Amino acid sequence: MTTPSTPQAQYGSVSAPEQQWQAQTGYVSPVPLRRATLKDALASEWTKIRSVRSTLWNFAVMLALVLGIGTLIALALSRRDMPPGESAVALGFVGVLLGIMPVMTLGVMTISSEYGTGMIRTTLTACPSRARVLGAKAIVFAALTFVVTLVATTLVSAVLLFSLGGRTTGALWGWATVGVSAYVALIGLFALAVGALLRHSAGAITLMIGFVLLPLVLALFLAASPMHGLQDFLLEYSIPSQLGVFYGTSMVQGAPGGWEALGIMGGLTAVFLGLAFFVQDRRDV
Amino acid sequence: MIEVAGLSKRYGQKLAVDDLTFQVRPGIVTGFLGPNGAGKSTTMRMMLDLDRPTAGAVRIDGKRYTDLKDPLTYVGALLDAKALHGGRSAYNHLLCLAQSNGIPASRVGEVLDTVGLTAVAKKRSKGFSLGMGQRLGIAGALLGDPQILMFDEPVNGLDPEGIHWIRNLMKSLAAQGRTVFVSSHLMSEMALTADHLVVIGQGRLLADTSMADFIRTNSRSYVRLRSPQQERLRDVLHQAGITVVTAGNGTLEVDGVASEQLGELAAQHQLVLHELSPQQASLEEAFMQLTAGSVEYHAHSEPASGQGWGSTGGEN
Ligand SMILES: Nc1ncnc2c1ncn2[C@@H]1O[C@H](COP(=O)(O)OP(=O)(O)OP(=O)(O)O)[C@@H](O)[C@H]1O
Ligand SMILES: [Mg+2]
Repeated sequence: MTTPSTPQAQYGSVSAPEQQWQAQTGYVSPVPLRRATLKDALASEWTKIRSVRSTLWNFAVMLALVLGIGTLIALALSRRDMPPGESAVALGFVGVLLGIMPVMTLGVMTISSEYGTGMIRTTLTACPSRARVLGAKAIVFAALTFVVTLVATTLVSAVLLFSLGGRTTGALWGWATVGVSAYVALIGLFALAVGALLRHSAGAITLMIGFVLLPLVLALFLAASPMHGLQDFLLEYSIPSQLGVFYGTSMVQGAPGGWEALGIMGGLTAVFLGLAFFVQDRRDV
Repeated sequence: MIEVAGLSKRYGQKLAVDDLTFQVRPGIVTGFLGPNGAGKSTTMRMMLDLDRPTAGAVRIDGKRYTDLKDPLTYVGALLDAKALHGGRSAYNHLLCLAQSNGIPASRVGEVLDTVGLTAVAKKRSKGFSLGMGQRLGIAGALLGDPQILMFDEPVNGLDPEGIHWIRNLMKSLAAQGRTVFVSSHLMSEMALTADHLVVIGQGRLLADTSMADFIRTNSRSYVRLRSPQQERLRDVLHQAGITVVTAGNGTLEVDGVASEQLGELAAQHQLVLHELSPQQASLEEAFMQLTAGSVEYHAHSEPASGQGWGSTGGEN
């Protein structure tokens, strides 16, 4: 480590008359000041999210899953395997379903790692408005996730369509890229809200994985029981089948459409994020 | 200026901070002393609005911390050296803090230089030693060039050179007219840096005094005498109108009389002295006496023979 310079040198630039005046009024900094805004918080959160490795890793895994599985499917199948009337774009579903996992992990980590490391105290000392901190985190994370997912889904859709052919409509293309990316960003945001509420990485990630998988697993178990109503409900509204909606595949008849799926996830995310905003203002850190 | 008024904090059953009222003034270093668990860190967290007080309030230049628009340019705080994400480089850690308060990025390089971390700026802070972490925390506190500085045990983990540096840093910051508030367990450390003392124990205010006053009232100077002719010595001193206190181990203690005078007096009466030594009660002792009633976490010394394990062992 280098020898620290003396603090006197650091502040030596303050002129003599200024210093005299300070003697009566306390210290006045030569560093230019202005009020901090949400824009500053966004810049700060952007620096944070791009400067930790977990961001890179989670998005890398997500891209590998979405693109890798899509490419494998494209290689394994040939044009003749495609059922008539089906679009190859729909085959991107599996990769995205798995790709949700790293996105949720990152969503949770974005906030819970601050609590885990103690960074949150430094963060909130710098920005005492907890709402602004959480808001900036949510915006930066959601925007980044949307863009990365859009790149991934657009690429995989193009690969599938190019190699397997088949016809696709503009609407299906739109849902399978923009729609899915918005949905994935919302799930990520939901995970971020859960992370903010639990403040514990492992706990929140486990909970989110359960949230995605349990309803479907439960529905499969219920197949043998007479509770068909519940089974149908679980099948219809489980995350995998909601995601399937964007690809025009659905596990049960009369399942909700793309807008409805976005609405449900958006509502759920809004409620939990709202709860996180409410709760964090009342807790000690 | 930091004003603490009627501040209390309860964690479940535990009253960590109990009705604290004091002020931290600009232009001087104010030491915040107390034994382990006294509530120093809790008080500092409440000053920064991280923990919500059960009762009372803190005002920073008349404002609540939450109402400060660009707090880093107002208050710089080092709470805990490890209050950062270890995966982030020192530079990026400071950069994200600077950005959140609209502080120019050029300040990051400046504070890194001030604390001597320029060489490791791009390294992830995970690998930093305790002292390097402490320096990074101090860099964060200096980032906004604030008029109020708060350090929770800043010398923790620093080497002698680092401790020396921190002392001078705090003094020079105060000399520039800033408010400097620093916590410690070590009276001796504070005696070297602080101009004013706030002492707490079990969350309660025990003393709020200037360092000079504290030294004057607490560092009693006296002369210790030891003699084989203790009884005669006592009488002689008594006749001379000198008050004598019998201390343990057969020694006498005399307040307010120079050792020369006592030696001459003994010589006149042909008394043998085995010891004639001017003594100064240490500030550390004074501090320990002050907080004696409020130390929560007592260490227990190894049981002497015949007690504790020893005696039960003998009965078996
Ligand atoms: N979040 C918390 N939940 C419950 N109890 C707490 C919490 N924080 C502090 N305490 C308790 O409050 C008391 C004061 O703790 P605090 O950390 O403020 O002491 P301190 O003076 O900083 O001690 P030290 O010198 O050891 O750092 C302690 O008994 C501690 O156990
Ligand atoms: Mg402490």
